[in-house]
Amino acid sequence: MRTFTYARPRNLADVSSALRNGARIIAGGTTLYDLMKLDIEQPSDLLDITELDDLSEIKVDRSGVTIGALARMSDVAAHDGIAKGYPMLAESLLKAASQQLRNMATVGGNLLQRTRCPYFRNGSHYPCNKRTPGSGCAAIGGLDRGHALFGGSEACIAVYPGDWAVALTALDGTVDITGPQGKRSLSVAELLRLPGDTPHLENALQPGEMITHIRVPPAPWARASTYHKIRDRESYAFALVSAAVAVDLKDGQIRNARVALGGVGTKPWRAVSAEAFLSGRPLDRNTAQEAGRLAFAEAKPGHHNGFKIELGARVVADALMISAERGSAA
Amino acid sequence: MATDPLTSPATATRESSQSVSRRDVLKATAVTSGLGMLPMPAVGASSTQPETAPKLKLPGPTARVVARINGRPVDVQVDTRTSLLDLLREDLKLTGAKKGCDHGQCGACTVHVDGRRVTSCLTLAAKVDGAEVLTIEGVGTKDRLHPMQQAFIDHDALQCGYCTPGQVMAAIACVKEGNAHSADSIREFMSGNLCRCGAYVGIVAAIQDAARKMGAT
Repeated sequence: MRTFTYARPRNLADVSSALRNGARIIAGGTTLYDLMKLDIEQPSDLLDITELDDLSEIKVDRSGVTIGALARMSDVAAHDGIAKGYPMLAESLLKAASQQLRNMATVGGNLLQRTRCPYFRNGSHYPCNKRTPGSGCAAIGGLDRGHALFGGSEACIAVYPGDWAVALTALDGTVDITGPQGKRSLSVAELLRLPGDTPHLENALQPGEMITHIRVPPAPWARASTYHKIRDRESYAFALVSAAVAVDLKDGQIRNARVALGGVGTKPWRAVSAEAFLSGRPLDRNTAQEAGRLAFAEAKPGHHNGFKIELGARVVADALMISAERGSAA
Repeated sequence: MATDPLTSPATATRESSQSVSRRDVLKATAVTSGLGMLPMPAVGASSTQPETAPKLKLPGPTARVVARINGRPVDVQVDTRTSLLDLLREDLKLTGAKKGCDHGQCGACTVHVDGRRVTSCLTLAAKVDGAEVLTIEGVGTKDRLHPMQQAFIDHDALQCGYCTPGQVMAAIACVKEGNAHSADSIREFMSGNLCRCGAYVGIVAAIQDAARKMGAT
């Protein structure tokens, strides 16, 4: 590991000036420190922001959900208002990582976690455009069982590994950003970039910017939601396929449905054709299965990940039925 | 030593000699921390030859860590790259927490920081400045084991034992969090602790047993 300086600023002004000088932010450190040990990340100055005031609050009310970027995954998952009102959000956190890591990782840092593509993580034996721009992509034509069916490019097919961002994408979540040019807001969908021919650029944050809050617009119907995640083992694994699903049901008819897919895209993937198909229909098993098939109609499998098309269609269908059940129980 | 909750009469001799050397270690490492990263003679040498300590040059930037570890004050200067796990094991010689994967994937290094379980391998040592750290060495004594330690023995919840300190620390937290209310919940909330011997059946039984006793005490 390369050497680095470590500082703990107490206010945002100190953070901003240090960021302008090229320092990197560390919060929970579960991604950054991990990748520093692998020599993939090589920061020379770290700013530990976990002690900044007022950035850990969790608020759920009529104006929706507001969460400070430094709130821990475990605290957000256990928050009563989140668990009851937005079960998809709580489940996306609880089905990620382990309780030890959820106690460390922040919900802001979680959004920016980097891919688990083994060619990216395992170092310089393999070309990787994300790690070394221009070097090529060993995953394309390689062992691609865990790689993307959506959003890939000729430069990169690495999957975005997170769950939280998938749920936020389904519910039109946004992030507040502060930086040298002042404050701005982006949807989570805008925050995370497609790889295109610059896969090393993973998000829309500019130098010196940081996420301060995460917001979700009010959605009373989000009680009827779930984060359904299928893994190689029952717990503590990244998704093979996951679906963040919410349904707004009235008298058995779907007024509005949200479907976002995880584990299969280079970023969280909103299944808009499935959502459009569901709108206005009564929800039953056949409708749910058709929506699942539509969600994966545009999938582009590689050599070893084609099984995710059938698996994914069923995950979406099951998630729709789980959500509907929750809606009728409420 | 009588006030030391970690020292029981039967083990006083052994424990107190350990405590003395550990205090010496803390004193020595206050100026020489980062020892674990350097090809240096270990603790005994530095505690008997303190004059050699200041000559040590750490290879990179350092950070001061003032913390309480198992109730004892610690004041050390660490290379900023040091993990909490390496600080505990290499500098403070608290070798209960184990290094399995060093990437937060196995749970063998689990300790509590400010009452919450974390993987110490992915925690920068510099981060525990100002914190309370609890390791397996701080949860019970040889004569008076923590109910979770006793339950692991009673239920044969280990074979080789390498993952056990991490399992026990995670399990104590699991009970305190209120996540040990059913076998399914225990399995889910203990999934960050791998046991390659496959003692999971015993581990779940031990936690259910200890949860009842911890609730009763």
